[in-house]
Amino acid sequence: MRDDLPDGVERREIDGAERLATRGDPVYGEPTDEGWRAWNPARSKLGAMLALGMDTGLEGGETVLYLGAASGTTVSHVADFAGPTYAVEFAARPARDLLEAADSRPRLFPLLKDARKPETYAHVVESGVDALIQDVATRGQAGVALENARFLADDGRLLLAVKARSEDVTRDPEDVFDDVRAELEDEYEVLESRSLETYHADHLGIVARPL
Amino acid sequence: MTDSSGAADGWFADADLDLDDPESAATAVRSGSANAPADWPTIALESGVVDDEAAYYDALKAATTAATRVAVTEREAADDRQLVHAVRAMDDCTRTANELAERLAEWGGTVDADAATGVEYARDLATRKEPPAGQERLASLAERVADLADEADDLREYVERRTPTVAPNLAALAGPVLAARLLSLAGGLESLAKKPSGTVQVLGAEDALFAHLRGHAPSPKHGIIFTHDAVRGTHPDERGSAARALAGKLAIAARVDHYSGEPKPELEAELEERIETIQARTDGDADPDGDDDGDGGEADA
Repeated sequence: MRDDLPDGVERREIDGAERLATRGDPVYGEPTDEGWRAWNPARSKLGAMLALGMDTGLEGGETVLYLGAASGTTVSHVADFAGPTYAVEFAARPARDLLEAADSRPRLFPLLKDARKPETYAHVVESGVDALIQDVATRGQAGVALENARFLADDGRLLLAVKARSEDVTRDPEDVFDDVRAELEDEYEVLESRSLETYHADHLGIVARPL
Repeated sequence: MTDSSGAADGWFADADLDLDDPESAATAVRSGSANAPADWPTIALESGVVDDEAAYYDALKAATTAATRVAVTEREAADDRQLVHAVRAMDDCTRTANELAERLAEWGGTVDADAATGVEYARDLATRKEPPAGQERLASLAERVADLADEADDLREYVERRTPTVAPNLAALAGPVLAARLLSLAGGLESLAKKPSGTVQVLGAEDALFAHLRGHAPSPKHGIIFTHDAVRGTHPDERGSAARALAGKLAIAARVDHYSGEPKPELEAELEERIETIQARTDGDADPDGDDDGDGGEADA
């Protein structure tokens, strides 16, 4: 397995198995070892992308806009190795857990906002972020990525997890993925796309950069 | 303070804002907006709002945390309780309007040759100008009934608008009004999420259920979920199966809504598929030569 993980993410032996890990306070009962917390790729789409060796372009220390933060499972790991991290979540219930995860992370900024309406947080989130990470379970996932392209630096990366069943449960996931890729091409060049099937059924991981 | 272009849009830009007061900063985060993002940390630094980048991010952390905490509390605390009250008030208004309309029709019949019945008659009476001498009380009562019926309609509209934000999956599966009724019967989203699907199936059929438990009645097949098309549109022989399938999905939807809040459109598709299978069992009966698909054999009890 290649080792181009971002600084601050390591493969470590925790509980007898080699796992991805970041340094920080545990958030969801994950196993820890000497301050390192295991990053479970089966619970995190970005974790799956890293575990599968996708070239995310992440190096550590970047400014991140994370859409679909939910309870903070993934975004807490991101905040562990990245710089300022803006976490947008629309639903109130998971946002309560997100607040808890953000408590011990001084550069993780929780926002209860709708990712489909970037103008409601453009006064808070800075421009030119290095990475736009998106994992929203809503119809129109490509549209959300296009709308939020305005935050991304010219040489930044979009890391997108597409959930086929959120677009249309009855269609073949491959057809849904084709449509999403095509729609993205308005604003992005897709660098890599790969099924996350090993860890997440009917999900596609996409790495893209703005045109 | 707002010299640089675009700076006026930043969350920290309001001249009255005191960054040391998390409450006012939180309000700016919650209610502000901008068409485009900008390099806010640099702008804040240049306009002298903060002394260095670390101070900016510290202030941002305090503001976003306070804003999100308030927003979460507001959205969570209020919504399902509000819905429970609204749907109960809606039912009370409807029931009372109907009761009074009956009284009105009885009274109206004694003086008005064209007297009809129901809320419609009340609305009709209420819109008539200048009631004949001696019928002022009747006209006034008609007005109250019409107002009450209007209030019930407004409440229904409120319930239909609010339920999808409180319980998106439950509302999508059950329809907003039935979803709100289930919340009302269970006493809130959390307690509905903690009920087993067998309880969800008979919510609203408590009388029948307790009669059954005392031993002198068959167990009820369905409670309030009877109003759902999946149950009502199914042949009576299979309604128990349909109700059980529907209750199962509704229980899952309530749990997803309470614990995660994420939309799960696959629930709807799964339910549809299941109901189609159940309804197909009796489709054969309509056709004398049709054969049973034979996948059933479940007891409804």
